[in-house]
Amino acid sequence: MLTKRIIPCLDVKDNRVVKGVKFLNLRDAGDPVELGARYSDEGADELVFLDITATIRFRKTIVELVKKVAEKVFIPFTVGGGIQTVEQIDELLRSGAEKVSVNTAAVENPELLTEAAQRFGNQCVVLAIDARRSKDKKGHWRVCVKAGSQPTDIDVVEWAAKGEKSGAGEILLTSMDADGTKEGYDNELNKAVTEAVNIPVIASGGAGTLDHLYDAIVVGGADAVLMASITHFENYTIKQMKQYLASRGIAVNL
Amino acid sequence: MIIVIDYNVGNVKSVCNAFLHIGCDVKLSCTLRDIEAAAGLVLPGVAAFGYAVNALGDLAEPIKNAASCGKPLLGICVGHQLLFDKSAEYGTHTGLGLVAGNIVPIPAGRVIPHMGWNLVNLPADIDLFAGLPAQKHFYFAHSFYADVTDDEAKIAYTDYGFDLPAAVQKRNIYGTQFHPEKSGETGLKLLKNFAEICKKKNY
Repeated sequence: MLTKRIIPCLDVKDNRVVKGVKFLNLRDAGDPVELGARYSDEGADELVFLDITATIRFRKTIVELVKKVAEKVFIPFTVGGGIQTVEQIDELLRSGAEKVSVNTAAVENPELLTEAAQRFGNQCVVLAIDARRSKDKKGHWRVCVKAGSQPTDIDVVEWAAKGEKSGAGEILLTSMDADGTKEGYDNELNKAVTEAVNIPVIASGGAGTLDHLYDAIVVGGADAVLMASITHFENYTIKQMKQYLASRGIAVNL
Repeated sequence: MIIVIDYNVGNVKSVCNAFLHIGCDVKLSCTLRDIEAAAGLVLPGVAAFGYAVNALGDLAEPIKNAASCGKPLLGICVGHQLLFDKSAEYGTHTGLGLVAGNIVPIPAGRVIPHMGWNLVNLPADIDLFAGLPAQKHFYFAHSFYADVTDDEAKIAYTDYGFDLPAAVQKRNIYGTQFHPEKSGETGLKLLKNFAEICKKKNY
């Protein structure tokens, strides 16, 4: 049986892992390669590295980071941040990333998802969506781009479905409202998206307790849960998370 | 020396890194000379099938010849799929035809791609799994799979709502749909076993 995945997320800025609240007030959380290797040793199922300084423009430093991580980490990892072309995706995959995530560039040019899927297979094309609750329309979320700094009029659920059709093989769904709050994932959002698509969905934003992880999987229907604050600042180990989920009947790779 | 075939698809470097990590003599190459001199060949790959076949180009024949002569060959992910006859991913494409079977889409009615760690039943008679318990988790990421029809092939299955062939062995030819180079300690053990097989064959 396919297990549910625990995925620590490493937001990287100027070669350091940082973590903020609602995308602001960043705090240093360590060296990306060391932290990645530690999570791999502790039993993480996957890692996500997001270059959060690069959202406007792809930066070569991320390629160097991928190479260094790939020498030490023997679990899959996704990399994202400012990726705009198939050539950049190729370079990252060749450097050792298993998957790449695209966000702003896919919104501007959904064809990028198609081109990437046809060349690399859709299993390595992750569509990252930063979602913010609509103030005027209840039960709706808007897509934000450029590291969450720019709201659009695009509906998140519609965009997720369109992204799947265009070639995305997975969705990394971040609730900007919940990000860094440790108050729980936005499971209304997770449920709306997981019901609208047939590709795996990684729930992101808001993990604070072990219950939150369980709820994202059972209530939100997520295939994987992503977290940052609660692992970086050592509230819980990966093993504790997996043991807890297993004790509540969720299949995990322990 | 183990040669990892460099044919312009993703993820070739990870496979080399994994072999280096376990202390194996390994090289990324696409030259005839290296393929002929290799103790064993690894055909890795993160790519769509059609793209991979085209990228392989003229290397297909020497790889086929080496495998037919008994040189150990390990295909990983798309490299595993390339071992078979045909694929239906984005059009119809012809593979190496070393193991009988076709690459077909994972049947609808479940989340696709099949993505993440799944438990694989490891038959004792596949020497790639030597020293591993009867079941272990490996990392998968794919939307198509090999429907193996070869009578000579030994198959390891995983459960994804149906019996999905996760790995195959036909004599000296091995394929894993999962990524051993991304499956932590278990995956490294499998690669070590492949290196041992290469050593024993002494090609």
